[in-house]
Amino acid sequence: MGNDLVISLAELAPGEWGTVVDLRGGPGFVGRLAALGFTPGATVRMVRNPGFGPLIVEILDTQIALGRGQALRVYVRRRR
Amino acid sequence: MAEEELREVSIALAGQPNVGKSTVFNMLTGLNQHVGNWPGKTVERRTGTFVHDNVRVHIIDLPGTYCLTAASPEERIARDYIIRERPDVVIAILNAASLERNLYLVAELLALPVPIVIGLNMMDVAQQEGFEIEPAVLAAAIGVPVVPMVASRNEGVHELIDAALDVALHGLKGEPHRPEIRQDHRELLDRLLELIREHVPSPYPPDWVALKMLEGDQEITALMREVLPPEVWATVDGMLRKHEDAIIAVASGRYEWIRRMTRAALKRPRAGNITLTQRLDNVATHPFWGLVVLGIVLGVIFTLTYKIGGVLQEWLATYLVDKLAEAVQGALAGAPAWLSGLLVNGIIGGVGTVITFLPILAVFFAVMGLMEDIGYMARAAYVVDRFMHAIGLHGKSFMPLFLGFGCNVPAIMGARIIESERSRLLTILLAPLVPCTARLAVLAVLVPIFFPQQATIVSWALTALPLVVLALTGVTINKLILKGERSAFIMEMPLYHVPNWRTIGILVWQRLVAFLRKAGTIILLMSVLIWALSTLPTGEIEESYLAALGRFLAPLGAPMGLGWRPLVALLTSFVAKENAVATLGVLYGVGENSQALAQVLSSQFASASALAFLVAEMLFIPCVSTLAVIKQEAGSWKWVLIDVGFLAVLTLLAGTIAYQLGALLL
Repeated sequence: MGNDLVISLAELAPGEWGTVVDLRGGPGFVGRLAALGFTPGATVRMVRNPGFGPLIVEILDTQIALGRGQALRVYVRRRR
Repeated sequence: MAEEELREVSIALAGQPNVGKSTVFNMLTGLNQHVGNWPGKTVERRTGTFVHDNVRVHIIDLPGTYCLTAASPEERIARDYIIRERPDVVIAILNAASLERNLYLVAELLALPVPIVIGLNMMDVAQQEGFEIEPAVLAAAIGVPVVPMVASRNEGVHELIDAALDVALHGLKGEPHRPEIRQDHRELLDRLLELIREHVPSPYPPDWVALKMLEGDQEITALMREVLPPEVWATVDGMLRKHEDAIIAVASGRYEWIRRMTRAALKRPRAGNITLTQRLDNVATHPFWGLVVLGIVLGVIFTLTYKIGGVLQEWLATYLVDKLAEAVQGALAGAPAWLSGLLVNGIIGGVGTVITFLPILAVFFAVMGLMEDIGYMARAAYVVDRFMHAIGLHGKSFMPLFLGFGCNVPAIMGARIIESERSRLLTILLAPLVPCTARLAVLAVLVPIFFPQQATIVSWALTALPLVVLALTGVTINKLILKGERSAFIMEMPLYHVPNWRTIGILVWQRLVAFLRKAGTIILLMSVLIWALSTLPTGEIEESYLAALGRFLAPLGAPMGLGWRPLVALLTSFVAKENAVATLGVLYGVGENSQALAQVLSSQFASASALAFLVAEMLFIPCVSTLAVIKQEAGSWKWVLIDVGFLAVLTLLAGTIAYQLGALLL
């Protein structure tokens, strides 16, 4: 695995891949993200991350725009 | 065939957003559909009826939702409908190009006590994207019929209804394969179910209720708290608190199920080929170029709407409304003055207001529908979200609000593209603070009269004022009322695709009909009412009931430095903003002579009063057409009253501040 550090989704650079480890937040928030495929073990790819404002990630063949605040509450492990 | 021989079947159409569900609904019902709101909600409710193989089918289009928790009004509506109304069959429309994620909703639907049939839509897109899907294999795995389709080309729609009617009339062949909660939580779920089973009220299925409680579903948990004996509730509550993250286990269980169901049926493309969507998005979602693209798109929309729509509008006003008024006036030459006044100024005037909206609305809805159908709307929302976020609004609020600079009516109706009910309502209520062309026209006439030296800067300040108020209100509401999760920005970026003209055409038609039927009647009635108030009893506005109302309200105008005449002018601007100028002309006895008006106004108004009047004109209650549309879109007078109350208080406050400051400084 190379790198075992758990980081927030917002820290992935465009083109990088990550594995979802955990979600933090109320049941409404976690439920919505989980329904879109953000469950532990799921693979995400960062598509756009301009460093400010919302970002775009790809999960389960779909691109999802996420607010930065939301992305900070999704924990991932960077994949090499 | 006689009507009573037809069998009746009810079908509910479920699906996630961006799956072509409305295309399927339109294919089935055509224009034979009823559009309204779900009771007490601003969520659109579409129902329709059609006859298929001697069966009369009643179909309802449930709101598009990713899942069925109670986190949003849409989700609550969809699941409550299925549980309480028990349709004979639920059709789940899936987007084949993101099959796995779309099956999540199916996993949720299978827990409900209704049979389901899957319509696997957008097979053509899935193929283009490189997916290989075998519907028969998927059907065998899940144990429900799966019908491949391309709804936009009307392929598979007939077969889908065949399959749905077969299930509705004869049931499913065997039990479907349902998802289970992840292994490590199975025992917990069983224990919970054991505890609550005998207490669950009908029509809720006990195992579904237990699952929803584990998911942290507040509505169902509150319901069970009511019905459970206190000692049982204490135990249950303890269990739920200890496992607050059980939602992840439930969702993981569903995705495990999805992987098993699709293992044999789905072959994914190899990564690496760049699709058209990716190439377009390199520009459209770029932090800088995306804004440039948006600017161009907005320019085109604005030009189309107000150039084409504006020309048509003028044409209608000249050749239809004015001609009609002339004809009626001619025909009533011998009739009493009040009758021709009522018909020409009251009724035809009101009808004219309604009719002249139509061209602008038609072009506007067509362009908005096109942008939405192509898939661009999500990109536009993405690039502006960082700005809208700062004032507590959703990225999708931007497009309708921006177009409010032209006219608030289409802005409010355009708010329908915002999926989340809360953001939509907030956008609707804030839209009147976008200064429309009519208000700006009043500024253009009055500012040079009142402030000949500083016309430019005063105009800019007065234009910016409502926008600043809009931003501050957004921030305040977001901080105080909707804190935190409510403003979460989670939005799917659908694949771009070729627009479906039928869907757009039906959308434009429905919106126009809705406007005519709902807002149109209110606008007409209010126009006649205001006309009557301003004419009765003597025919002179100075002696009218409206003037009396203005005099009665004069104490309110005092802190703003406004006498009864400017107050009456504000009241008549309720019919249409641009009336303010004309009314001032009449009340100061100069009619439509603009030079005389300029003279009398600059002599009658102290600078501070003039400033307060303009501030009030920019903030004051929107025109009657805007209010009628707020009523139509928000679904209740409650929100209209709240908005009017808010804007009235705001006007008084801002007007007073402007007058007092002006008196000090000017």
